[in-house]
Amino acid sequence: MAQVNLRNVVKRYGALQVVHGVDLNIDDNEFVVLVGPSGCGKSTTLRMIAGLEAISGGEIVIGDRVVNDLPPRHRNISMVFQNYALYPHMSVRENLGFSLKIAKKTQAEIDQAVDEAAEILSLTEYMDRKPGALSGGQRQRVAMGRAIVRHPDVFLFDEPLSNLDAKLRTQMRTEIKKLHQKVNSTIVYVTHDQVEAMTLADRIVIMRDGHIEQVGTPLEVFENPANTFVATFIGSPPMNLLAGRVSKDRIVLENGLDVPVPGQFSDKTHEGQEVILGFRADNLMPVGHAMPMGGASAELDMAVTLSEPLGTETLLFTSIAGKEVQAKMLNPRPVAPGERLSFQLDLTRCHLFDAQSQNSLR
Amino acid sequence: MTRFRLPAWFVLLLPAIIVLAAVVLIPLLLSLYSSFTSYRLTRPDSLYNWIGTFNYEKAAKSAHFWAAFGRTLLLLTIALNLEMLLGLGLALLVNQVTYGQRALRTIMMFPMMFSPLLVGFQFKFIFNDNVGLVNNALQSLGLSNTAIPWLVDGQLAFFSILVAEMWSSTSVFAILILAGLFAVPRDPIEAAKVDGCTPWQSFRHITLPYIMPFIYIALAIRSLDVARAYDIVQIMTNGGPARRTELIWTMIGRTGYVDAKMGYANAMGYISIFLAIFFTIYFFRKLNAARAELGMGG
Ligand SMILES: Nc1ncnc2c1ncn2[C@@H]1O[C@H](COP(=O)(O)OP(=O)(O)OP(=O)(O)O)[C@@H](O)[C@H]1O
Ligand SMILES: [Mg+2]
Repeated sequence: MAQVNLRNVVKRYGALQVVHGVDLNIDDNEFVVLVGPSGCGKSTTLRMIAGLEAISGGEIVIGDRVVNDLPPRHRNISMVFQNYALYPHMSVRENLGFSLKIAKKTQAEIDQAVDEAAEILSLTEYMDRKPGALSGGQRQRVAMGRAIVRHPDVFLFDEPLSNLDAKLRTQMRTEIKKLHQKVNSTIVYVTHDQVEAMTLADRIVIMRDGHIEQVGTPLEVFENPANTFVATFIGSPPMNLLAGRVSKDRIVLENGLDVPVPGQFSDKTHEGQEVILGFRADNLMPVGHAMPMGGASAELDMAVTLSEPLGTETLLFTSIAGKEVQAKMLNPRPVAPGERLSFQLDLTRCHLFDAQSQNSLR
Repeated sequence: MTRFRLPAWFVLLLPAIIVLAAVVLIPLLLSLYSSFTSYRLTRPDSLYNWIGTFNYEKAAKSAHFWAAFGRTLLLLTIALNLEMLLGLGLALLVNQVTYGQRALRTIMMFPMMFSPLLVGFQFKFIFNDNVGLVNNALQSLGLSNTAIPWLVDGQLAFFSILVAEMWSSTSVFAILILAGLFAVPRDPIEAAKVDGCTPWQSFRHITLPYIMPFIYIALAIRSLDVARAYDIVQIMTNGGPARRTELIWTMIGRTGYVDAKMGYANAMGYISIFLAIFFTIYFFRKLNAARAELGMGG
């Protein structure tokens, strides 16, 4: 049980700096997910917490100890690697018990902890097999088992589900969530899959190019993205963004079309300001196929270019001011390409970003 | 018109069969046959003088033969173990080097580039009791004031030969083990670090199982090498003085070509080949077991 604090942590490889002063406080028992595009420094950050990568600047604290110079074995952490990193020459049982054996636990203690972990992860049948004779999902569970037998202060996961097929991934996602509730430990989890991040996290940390862009609960980052990067990274389909200019309480889009400045932003914009209007597909719906909208809304007549039926709803592709945007249709009916529909844009759920800084104007 | 035709597979294999028969099979059978005769190189007609297992019995009863056999075994055991440990150490050190590793690897292979004959001459000079480097150094440093008879005293000569053998062949182990170290994946080692291993423990539990197959390959190669050791010993001591450093093959060589008793020499050769075969099978068994451990198929 421990909190983890990163204070202005920097990582350099020679002249190349890949993590730029990351500050992050992770509470005891918290499930934090680091998410971001490939190469943004998630794994590097995680490996610095683990002690597998030396830090070039700043301070990492686990519990109440500064661990900058401690080797991994003194940090009481356990880690699940992206490609599992099982010991190929050991059976599943030996893989699970290895850390305890190294810690010089008695055989009885080891057996008990291993059996318990095997039970939780339904591995009992495979205990005498070598990793080579297991499926990807089973290997993944062994990797998790190896992490939980030790009752570490902190669990570190590096994209543990990325090698699994979609169905197994969803299943294991649930398992990990359950596991967290069961073992009650601090978890730092790395993924580039925003759905995984949304479903698992107590708090999400969105990274880009070695910087933290935003930290918040899944709902916070979804509803109040700090900038256009977060807005497009979190949520599927990505948020629609349209460039415009503020003019007399209206936002004039590129082709002259205009919508009113959403009320919540009216005192945060100034005349002539270059802005970016953002809204999710869920907030642009055809009349008659929309959620009832409480507050202000704008109506737009647009032709549908493509529709993607998803079952309970249909994703509609259309364009506003020459830019492709996505809308949603509830209680769907077949829509032919080219069909013109009248859309309602829910202004109360719209976002406004400054075009210059890309930051939210909230 | 039907003509008998050899099956196609046989025709295709025929060149290989002929070559193999000419260079392997016939000499092998001939030498095996000659070991049951009193064949002497100086009297070709003795090749037809069948004497049954006399040569084998003679070898089996010969104290000289068994002394040479035992000495070969001893050399093999000591040399292989020491070379393996030294080679492992070298490989681990070179593996740590990040800058100039290529150059180091090349330098490490230098001893393998010299003919064992030259190595023999070089060490014969180094261990010479009058003008040799070792005695000179010992005397200049004041560690000894006598001329130590490195190549004359039986035990010292064995030691000198061992040193020469190790100098020329430790790099075989080093290179092969280094290749093994390159093949060790990084992930399990990192997992072991996180699992609480000290560097020694991760070496012992993770790295070592990975490089064991490479060690066994090196052992198999080198056991054959040492079991047929001839050149270095021949040059440095010629098996002497008074047979004190006689190995199987220096003895066989002398019996066959100096004493011209080819039948007897061949008989001893066949006995000693079992030694080589035994070690080969032994180390290949070990190799397969080690590979199976790692799930590389057995
Ligand atoms: N040993 C190294 N030397 C130089 N640069 C490195 C090294 N390791 C990683 N990098 C760089 O550091 C950056 C961050 O890498 P990192 O592995 O943390 O990315 P990531 O966010 O985990 O990406 P992914 O989602 O693809 O795993 C990358 O640009 C990468 O090229
Ligand atoms: Mg990564």
